[in-house]
Amino acid sequence: MMNATRRQTPSQTVGPFFHDTLVSEGGNILVEDATRGERIRIFGSVLDGDGVPVPDALLEIWQPDARGLYPHTSDPRAEEADEAFRGFGRAATDNDGLYWFETIKPGGPAPEAGAGQAPFVSVRVFARGLLIHVVTRIYFEDETNDADPVLSRLDPEGRTSLLARREEGGPHAHYRFDVILQGPNETVFFDV
Amino acid sequence: MEPSNDESSSDRSLDWTVHLPYLHPPYASTVTRAPRRRLVPLPECLASVTGPAFGAGDVDALDDDLTRNAVRTGEPLGERIIVIGRVLDGAGRPVPNALLEVWQANSAGRYIHGHDQHDAPLDPNFTGTGRCLTDADGAYRFTTIRPGAYPWRNHENAWRPSHIHFSVCGRNFLERLVTQMYFPGDPLLVLDPIYNSVPDERAKQRLLAAYDHGVTRPEWALGYRFDIVVAGGRRTPFEDYHR
Ligand SMILES: [Fe+2]
Repeated sequence: MMNATRRQTPSQTVGPFFHDTLVSEGGNILVEDATRGERIRIFGSVLDGDGVPVPDALLEIWQPDARGLYPHTSDPRAEEADEAFRGFGRAATDNDGLYWFETIKPGGPAPEAGAGQAPFVSVRVFARGLLIHVVTRIYFEDETNDADPVLSRLDPEGRTSLLARREEGGPHAHYRFDVILQGPNETVFFDV
Repeated sequence: MEPSNDESSSDRSLDWTVHLPYLHPPYASTVTRAPRRRLVPLPECLASVTGPAFGAGDVDALDDDLTRNAVRTGEPLGERIIVIGRVLDGAGRPVPNALLEVWQANSAGRYIHGHDQHDAPLDPNFTGTGRCLTDADGAYRFTTIRPGAYPWRNHENAWRPSHIHFSVCGRNFLERLVTQMYFPGDPLLVLDPIYNSVPDERAKQRLLAAYDHGVTRPEWALGYRFDIVVAGGRRTPFEDYHR
């Protein structure tokens, strides 16, 4: 049992009416002119167990800068983190269940964090019908993922569910990452 | 889906005796949206002990007063209330600089949201959206209007009890909670599948604000207290993270 001095407040669903409060224009654009790193677009659909697009989901992403640094006191290298990159974004799905982020390719964790760790973006998904959010990760299919300690513990289908697929289009790389909430191709979700 | 139990639950930040399972058929939307596979335990890592920092630039002066932040022609209608509380971690320590975002129906039970079909009037002076930062003691304060109950078609004659949606962003990825605050004594609580999705009776009670006469201001507004305890707190926030 964790420290029981204070028991946690239960989660409750975000419901369908969060947009005016939690979603702001440009909240899904993490880059500015001065941001260092390779510009990418991450996009995809959120789908329910019937394969129906979820038009009222909210995604939050959290990622390090192009060199793998987080602008946070818990990162010993935070001082060197890119000042033009906050690493946090929010996007709501549209009526077709689609979302997108403009960001940069994250750098990988420092080698001392453990051998073979691949770069990734942390993701949280909230929606009506989710009593508590789900947590997942976006890895990139064109990175070296074979030795990653988290990916290598998953079965092949689970691993595949976390790999964003590179698609050509536009001036910079597009990566497709669908979140499948339920069913045979269900995305891997984590207990953090 | 069940939480992972193949590793000691003390390694996990979320207390699964408090949070609900994903699938809860009385709440109809969970049936096709709840994940069914077992959650995969994820060791604590730099990505989970870091998170965006929030500060004064994230809030405006009137953001914490929903009775004034959307005024166009006059004051919003309804019962004025003050909601205060503290955000704490699992060890009972205050969480300073947490970003709180709230949204709610107006006094007639209507959201300003375009998808809200409830046949109740909008209030031209109320958007029902607010935000604030916690102070060094983890304390926050909102002034607002008591929200009305509203129907939601989950089942025959379904009505949500009055509630305020709270989103909390703490100091790191783990200190993240979205929840709803309810009012004590609401007769709709026992009928509400969302409130009753919480498995533990005492945990459910923590979703109720407490009426606090010390917070009530004479000739002005009734006061309520609602403390929020987020996940995390397994290590002290300033302890070095040893990778
Ligand atoms: Fe609501």
